[in-house]
Amino acid sequence: MPKVRVATAWFSGCSGCHMSFLDLDERLLEFAGKAELVYSPIVDIKEFPDSVDVTLIEGAVGTSEHLHLLAEIRRKTRLLVAFGDCAVTGNVPSLRNPIPRGEVLHAVYGDGSIPGLEEGEVPQLLPQALPLHAVVRVDHFLPGCPPPPDRIWKFLRQLLAGKEPELAPQDLRFG
Amino acid sequence: MIALRIDDIPVQAEPGQTILDAAKAAGIRIPTLCHLPGLSPVGACRLCLVEIRNWNGKLVPACATPVQEGLDVVANSDRLRELRRTILELLFAERNHICAFCVANGHCELQDLAAELGMDHVRFPYRFPPLPLDASHAKFGIDHNRCILCGRCVRACSEVEGAMTWGFAGRGIFTLVAADLGDPWGDSKTCTGCGKCVQACPTGALFEKGRATGEQEKRPAIVAALTERRPRAQG
Ligand code: SF4
Ligand code: SF4
Ligand code: SF4
Ligand code: FES
Repeated sequence: MPKVRVATAWFSGCSGCHMSFLDLDERLLEFAGKAELVYSPIVDIKEFPDSVDVTLIEGAVGTSEHLHLLAEIRRKTRLLVAFGDCAVTGNVPSLRNPIPRGEVLHAVYGDGSIPGLEEGEVPQLLPQALPLHAVVRVDHFLPGCPPPPDRIWKFLRQLLAGKEPELAPQDLRFG
Repeated sequence: MIALRIDDIPVQAEPGQTILDAAKAAGIRIPTLCHLPGLSPVGACRLCLVEIRNWNGKLVPACATPVQEGLDVVANSDRLRELRRTILELLFAERNHICAFCVANGHCELQDLAAELGMDHVRFPYRFPPLPLDASHAKFGIDHNRCILCGRCVRACSEVEGAMTWGFAGRGIFTLVAADLGDPWGDSKTCTGCGKCVQACPTGALFEKGRATGEQEKRPAIVAALTERRPRAQG
């Protein structure tokens, strides 16, 4: 059987979901037997590859760069997974949403010229940090902040076996 | 005794009991949020909606509808599950629920119900309203970002403590629970500091000071325990 082509991406999130993924520990060996990690913050590949089977995205859509990458990932991926609460609900990055963008950036960077307000050396900060499904179609949702390794594994195993992943109520808990 | 059917099970109920009471006695679970034993029912959240088959499938809140002879009640169906999930999604979309660092994380009735009813995401756009937090009270705080306007605090304060500190101010999505006439809670001349509102609150909106993320456990059953211990004059 050919290996499932899996990618992961990191948007506005704390990397906790990726840490939880690494906490699969010895189950990573089983993962490696069934899947090929074709793009991820933990592998050194710059371009998002074509025809990916499953992409897990951690984090909310917070910048113009996320918008572009998300559109590209959606085009090139069969199954898109919102990975963790920030991707599913906006979660912690969405705390800034009730506050105007300029105010947030000035509070962080002080007065004077601040990065992120306009498109420049760093991507523009979007007015609000949004869940993925507010921008593109999302196929599956894996909540949790971060999703515990057991939950990730339960979900991934079903996906790798070509099944529709199903999660029990206790695995749907936010927070 | 009144005879009715709930989910095709024949059930006997006392006159004056609600459909929710009858279902509970028959071991049939109907999810609730604004309902709290010991407080008067208000039918505010609509999570307990049930379908009455012999009323053309009309939807009624089980917590606020008295039993009637011959009612044919559907308490659990795909339609009801979908409606209840939609109600929850609207509650989540309306305020800012960030469970990951909420005081009530892991002890929240709203969070529990969302998981129970299979809510893996919210299909409505989030409103992200700018809402205040009032920490002026010496012992407690209220974070309007987490409030679902169930009114359990309002009823616990008026019906059990008798202080009548809490009320609703504003209309529609701009409604906020407010102490006295909208003063900071800490300035309230009526609040006795008893904390019944905090225990009655199903979410992280009302909390005890000094509680960190996930530390605010609630004891809502305290309300029923108190009312049972001091029955009121029958009138
Ligand atoms: S009140 Fe409940 S649902 Fe809302 S953020 Fe807190 S834990 Fe989550
Ligand atoms: S602490 Fe007691 S008196 Fe004060 S608002 Fe809450 S219920 Fe009312
Ligand atoms: S503060 Fe708590 S008990 Fe009061 S209305 Fe809001 S959610 Fe309900
Ligand atoms: S519990 Fe019945 S309407 Fe809220």
